[in-house]
Amino acid sequence: MLKFLGRRLLGLIPILFFVSVLIFLFVHLIPGDPARLLAGADASYSDIAAVRSRLGLDKPILAQYLSYVSNMFHGNLGTSFRTGRPVVSEIGDRFMPTLLLTLVSMLWSFIVALVVGVISTIKKDKWQDYTVRFGALSGISLPSFWLGLMLMQLFSVQLHWLPTVGFNSWKGIILPSLTLGSGIAAVLARFTRASLQEVLQEDYTRTARAKGLAYNLVIWKHALRNALIPVVTMAGLQFGYLLGGSVVVETVFSWPGEGRLLIDSVGFRDYPVIQGEMLLFALEFILINVLVDILYAVLNPQIRLE
Amino acid sequence: MSSPLPPASPTDAGPAAPGRHSPAAEFWRKFRKKKVGVASGLFILLLLIVAVIGPSIAPYPMEKPDYNHILAGASFAHPAGTDEFGRDIFSRILVGTRISLWVGFSSVFLGAVFGTFLGLISGFYGKWIDTLIMRFCDILFAFPGILLAIGIIAILGPGLGNVIIAVSIYGIPVFARLVRGNTLALKASVYVEAATTVGAKNGRIIWKHIFPGTLSTIIVYFTMRIGMAILTASSLSFLGLGAQPPTPEWGAMLSNGRAYLNTSPHVVIFPGIALFLSVLAFNLFGDELRDALDPKIRD
Repeated sequence: MLKFLGRRLLGLIPILFFVSVLIFLFVHLIPGDPARLLAGADASYSDIAAVRSRLGLDKPILAQYLSYVSNMFHGNLGTSFRTGRPVVSEIGDRFMPTLLLTLVSMLWSFIVALVVGVISTIKKDKWQDYTVRFGALSGISLPSFWLGLMLMQLFSVQLHWLPTVGFNSWKGIILPSLTLGSGIAAVLARFTRASLQEVLQEDYTRTARAKGLAYNLVIWKHALRNALIPVVTMAGLQFGYLLGGSVVVETVFSWPGEGRLLIDSVGFRDYPVIQGEMLLFALEFILINVLVDILYAVLNPQIRLE
Repeated sequence: MSSPLPPASPTDAGPAAPGRHSPAAEFWRKFRKKKVGVASGLFILLLLIVAVIGPSIAPYPMEKPDYNHILAGASFAHPAGTDEFGRDIFSRILVGTRISLWVGFSSVFLGAVFGTFLGLISGFYGKWIDTLIMRFCDILFAFPGILLAIGIIAILGPGLGNVIIAVSIYGIPVFARLVRGNTLALKASVYVEAATTVGAKNGRIIWKHIFPGTLSTIIVYFTMRIGMAILTASSLSFLGLGAQPPTPEWGAMLSNGRAYLNTSPHVVIFPGIALFLSVLAFNLFGDELRDALDPKIRD
């Protein structure tokens, strides 16, 4: 297991390296002179030159990259153009709201997907199954920003049950997490159904049936446990979708998280914050993938031995 | 890039003897039994027709303001109501169909072409080329979903053309990995070995022997990605990064309509339904296509 872990973590190094290069190059990829861009629209030539030497943009590109990485390891990601605050604190302030939103969304969608996936399997080719299948495909096809607006219209504007925006009470997270989780619930429900049906064709579930166990018991006690392995993996991978989706959902519900900061920063051309956000999202996603791999190896001994 | 299979199949299906099935006939025999697949295919056809003739059948000019009927609800005169300038929303949805379909098709097409090319080369030549291309895909995959597109737009600037570029880059690694997997399997097949033995050149083997074998997977994914691409593009427009306000793009219309959600929800409801139904049609069609094309599922 330790060997597997070591190999997996070593494999991260090239990806982290290339991702950091890509994010470093970000400012250089924008058409035009980065120093002029960073200095602002009405900067004089001497201002631009000052910015160029302050940010080290006059040095060779390799030296620039090395100082970027060294700064990164010291927790220095530059200063926001918009607020003048360090990017790290801008991002840090938004971290908890996004974490909370994504975790709540993942939790409910995982539970709902399991239940619905099992129902769909038990009632295969009956109306329940068709409803689940159609509902799941609709869930995948629903534009999340539209779903968010519709939920807001119904529960906040019409019924006055829940607040339209805000992060103040537990009620405020219901609509955003419903919106964000619906797509994943749909994907996971489809996946649970497919995985369960595959497991039900295996010999050991047939044996369990043959020795007279009730069908429901076989599903819940025997089949689901093994069917869960790929579903857990899939749930981990869907975290990437959650991170992306949070950008849209946070904008709809004015949620004070990373996604909204990213969109606001793109609007203001606040490049240091955009860089910082892209780095954060990439790191989170890479980290989650590693965790999923480890979890998968824990659940499935075959992977470890390969 | 209309899918080459359906038009070719009816003619093939006719003369085919019961025991003899060409791949296209086999496909059509399975696919026509799928009611949902056929229905969603017909709906996509309708969308394509609206995309072509939409502006000429729209009951009102899409830019024409009518300040006497601002934010009017649905009625016989305005089936989907009017927006904050009194413009007919139904007409704008009809005109917007072309934009969404164009963005969806072109971005998936570009991603598929580049991704397929990379996947074929990566799988066929292996070694350092394979490592290089797969690393490149890993890097693109490190920015999940719409985030890569947002990053690209942050560099290129907002706009519909840049959305197409962003969404297509996002599709490249998906197609590359898929096609690479298929290429690896086909490379080991006997007929490719035979072609190599008789001295066929690499380029010919890839193009004539391996690429056709990957085509059914590409077609299925192509269809499934279109729904996703339409959704991503309209999300970007909703976030203000894609089509800009006067354009009747569905996501941009929703973004505009948000301000009137409390008083006139119809401004948001109807463009959303158009978006949802279009994406659903492509997803359903792709799903049924996969079942009919997947050689593993034989009835």
